[in-house]
Amino acid sequence: MGDPQQDPELSYQQSARQRSSQDQGRSREQSLSQATVPQETQQLPLDAQVLSGITETPESQAPLQGWAQGAGLSQYDNSAVSQGGVQYLSMSAGFPADFQRQTYVDEGRVQATHNADFMLQQLQRGQGNLLQQLESSFQDPRPNYLGQFNAYQREDSQFGQGTQHGPYTRDDPALQFSSSELSFMPFDMEVSEPEPRELAVQNAKAYLQQTSVSCDLSLYEHLVNVLTKILNQRPQDPLSILESLNRTAQMEWFHPKLDTLRDDPEMQPTYEMAEKQKALFVRGGSGEGEQEVEEEPLETAVPNVMESAFYFEQAGVGLSSDESFRIFLALKQLVDQQPIHTCRFWGKILGLSRSYLVAEVEFREGEEDVEEEEVVEELTEGDVLDMHGEEEGEEDEEKVSDFLPKRTWKPPPVIPKEESRLGANKYLYFVCNEPGRPWTKLPHVTPSQIVQARKIKKFFTGHLDAPVISYPPFPGNEANYLRAQIARISAATHISPLGFYQFGEEEGDEEEEGGAGRDSFEENPDFEGIAVLELVDSMANWVHHTQHILPQGRCTWVNPLQKKEEEEELGEEEEKADEGMEEVEQEIGPPLLTPLSEDAEIMHMSPWTSRLSCSLCPQYSVAIVRSNLWPGAYTYATGNSRTSTLAGATSTVRRTSTRPCQPPFSRSTPAAQRSWR
Amino acid sequence: MDAESLLLSLELASGSGQGLSPDRRASLLTSLLLVKRDYRYSRVLFWGRILGLVTDYYIAQGLIEDQLAPRKTLYSLNCMEWSLLPPATEEMVEQTSVVKGRFMGDPSHEYEHVDLQKVNDGDKVFEEEIVVRIKEETRLVSIIDQIDKAVAVIPRGALFKTPFGPVHVNRTFEGLSMSEAKKLSSYFHFREPVELKNKTLLEKADLDPSLDFMDSLENDIPKGSWSIQMERGNALVVLRSLLWPGLTFYHTPGTKNCGYIYVGTGEKNIDLPFML
Repeated sequence: MGDPQQDPELSYQQSARQRSSQDQGRSREQSLSQATVPQETQQLPLDAQVLSGITETPESQAPLQGWAQGAGLSQYDNSAVSQGGVQYLSMSAGFPADFQRQTYVDEGRVQATHNADFMLQQLQRGQGNLLQQLESSFQDPRPNYLGQFNAYQREDSQFGQGTQHGPYTRDDPALQFSSSELSFMPFDMEVSEPEPRELAVQNAKAYLQQTSVSCDLSLYEHLVNVLTKILNQRPQDPLSILESLNRTAQMEWFHPKLDTLRDDPEMQPTYEMAEKQKALFVRGGSGEGEQEVEEEPLETAVPNVMESAFYFEQAGVGLSSDESFRIFLALKQLVDQQPIHTCRFWGKILGLSRSYLVAEVEFREGEEDVEEEEVVEELTEGDVLDMHGEEEGEEDEEKVSDFLPKRTWKPPPVIPKEESRLGANKYLYFVCNEPGRPWTKLPHVTPSQIVQARKIKKFFTGHLDAPVISYPPFPGNEANYLRAQIARISAATHISPLGFYQFGEEEGDEEEEGGAGRDSFEENPDFEGIAVLELVDSMANWVHHTQHILPQGRCTWVNPLQKKEEEEELGEEEEKADEGMEEVEQEIGPPLLTPLSEDAEIMHMSPWTSRLSCSLCPQYSVAIVRSNLWPGAYTYATGNSRTSTLAGATSTVRRTSTRPCQPPFSRSTPAAQRSWR
Repeated sequence: MDAESLLLSLELASGSGQGLSPDRRASLLTSLLLVKRDYRYSRVLFWGRILGLVTDYYIAQGLIEDQLAPRKTLYSLNCMEWSLLPPATEEMVEQTSVVKGRFMGDPSHEYEHVDLQKVNDGDKVFEEEIVVRIKEETRLVSIIDQIDKAVAVIPRGALFKTPFGPVHVNRTFEGLSMSEAKKLSSYFHFREPVELKNKTLLEKADLDPSLDFMDSLENDIPKGSWSIQMERGNALVVLRSLLWPGLTFYHTPGTKNCGYIYVGTGEKNIDLPFML
């Protein structure tokens, strides 16, 4: 046995480096091998290439390589590690003299412990070495980083097992060797000054690990996070997205998304809407199992919204299909709630904060009158009060000698609104903001509202009770304005192919009051359909099937001077002054079912544009007619010359805005569909 | 809207009611891909559709790497063959400002505008009527340019500016949060900033120079010219311009989906102040 204590200080640096590379090698080997025995320390790197990749100082490399060669020899010696280790070490040639000698000294386990001690020392003295070790491992092309980290931990556990006074050996050199029976003193027991390089590395690491006052995260930890993230996710080009990864890692640390106790407050309204819409999807009454067997498909007033949505999609118009389905369910809900005879999805009107979905319905016979009467009673009461007021006023005037000049201006007579189911009030309209929300009924429209609506142009806010502030002042709130616009749009843009509707058999005289002529129509059972190309070519093939609204605001003309029953009580003097002053002309509008070619031009433009839905396949195309007057009003019709046709007159209106010269955009979808067979 | 996410974008923007028919969608998917290859654009946007009396114009735009650089505009009548439009100049905009009414749908159509011009003929000064012919293509170019400058929208954080100048798409943009999405200040005009330098120093102190380098929507005049709504049960935020009716911007909060599309007649809503 040679003298193991051979100039330890001089070769300390050398050995330290060697040890570090040895550790490195060992740890690498540890990761490669599978034995987890504490005696792993003696297992040698199996892969010489690994070691060759280490950029250590040349002096340490030589022994390492020699060592590696030796490793190959004892590869199969895993079980008898210590012995093998000892033997191996004895065989290596270029090994540092001191170390070699040490191995000769002891038996296996002791040797293991001893080596472990050395490593621990090494570890504690020069943490920088390990850092160096870490750094060099990064430079290594072999992706063995995780192994490196694991090795570090394993070394820790080894030290726990191997040494009994792990962390204290640094301060108390004597304790380090209490478990060993070595008689020699290890060369590195004297606390020599750490190298400047190690010191610098220690300082750097301490700096990196400091945490600022404002946050708990130190740069060191953050860098570890980022690198771990990169290594886990393995993005394609990490350098180019480094900054964004950095930011994301920081955000994740500071804004963790786990909060199992509270619901996210921002998402509350979304969840509520989803709940409401879920209610739409639930079938009322029977459960799932019964539906297929027992119920027969009943005639229902709910229109086939999906079918019309399909045709409109061909035209490039319409809401998405899931939205259409939700509208269908909402209409079904409406039909269940109200006594409805026919129902149709009229369209959607866009508003500022919310939009309106409009449904055009007809109540069953007799259902509606109840509400009408209530409204009428209110009006008459109001009139009575007014009359009393005026009578008293007249009496006062007679008493007082110096009289105030009397007003000669009389407000223009109020034109009575049309009865329900007639003219502009032929249909009832329900609106809702979104499918799932309750439907609200719109009041009937009065002629004055229509007249005023023609003069103003306002956006809809989305709230039915919002006031309409405009000049000239509009009599009513947004609900009335909406209703008036709907009436105007319906009257202007509801069209159907020629012959689809025909007049009823017998009709009253045309000379009846109003002179509007026929005002009802019915479907033509003999309708055979018009070819799509013809529908597109000529506007004469289309007719209006809603009544035109006269300038008066009604569809049937009413002479405002005739109804003077109320005014007779006021005072005969005033009335006589009025007589004979005005002669009102009877207003006549185009009769029902007039073709579109008769429509007036707008600024040298035809008011309608028609085209095929798809020019690439004219055989299966749908004829689309678009209104230039009300942008957003569309009508489609398909014609099939061989079989019966599906003539659907449907239009969608987009938004309402008024323009002095042109009527507003609006969006309505009236759908009068029939499928013919 | 990005041509790569065309189908999803059309679904999300369909709340305004105007979209594309299936045959158009199919042709767009194919043809925009070819446009991207042929012209070497880094991104192709489907800008929208201008409704004409006879036919509609379909407009697409191509972008290079720098998102704020001037874009190339292409138009097509059938979504298959695309023709490049010349870039807009100020003269064009002036010239076409006199033309009113709908687009015809025929790119070679010429609008006639009678202009009174003073002609100096020696001592006499008299006015002559000169008929100015303006091509519809010119009008198309200027309208698209005006719409882009006025109402093209992008959410805050979708683009970021590098110190060297070019503006890039932000790949880590996760979308706006629900509360941010309802505020107009989180949306910017997708154009070179005009009002940014007029801000006070106090306001500028809070801005992040890499993200806040464009004008925000909240200072638009007249106030209220944007309608901001939640659709689809609160899962989608839609901005509609009231100045150019037909422009719809959609965004799903919490995701990257955003974009705008214009489907309309190409006419500015001059009555806007009266309508609010």
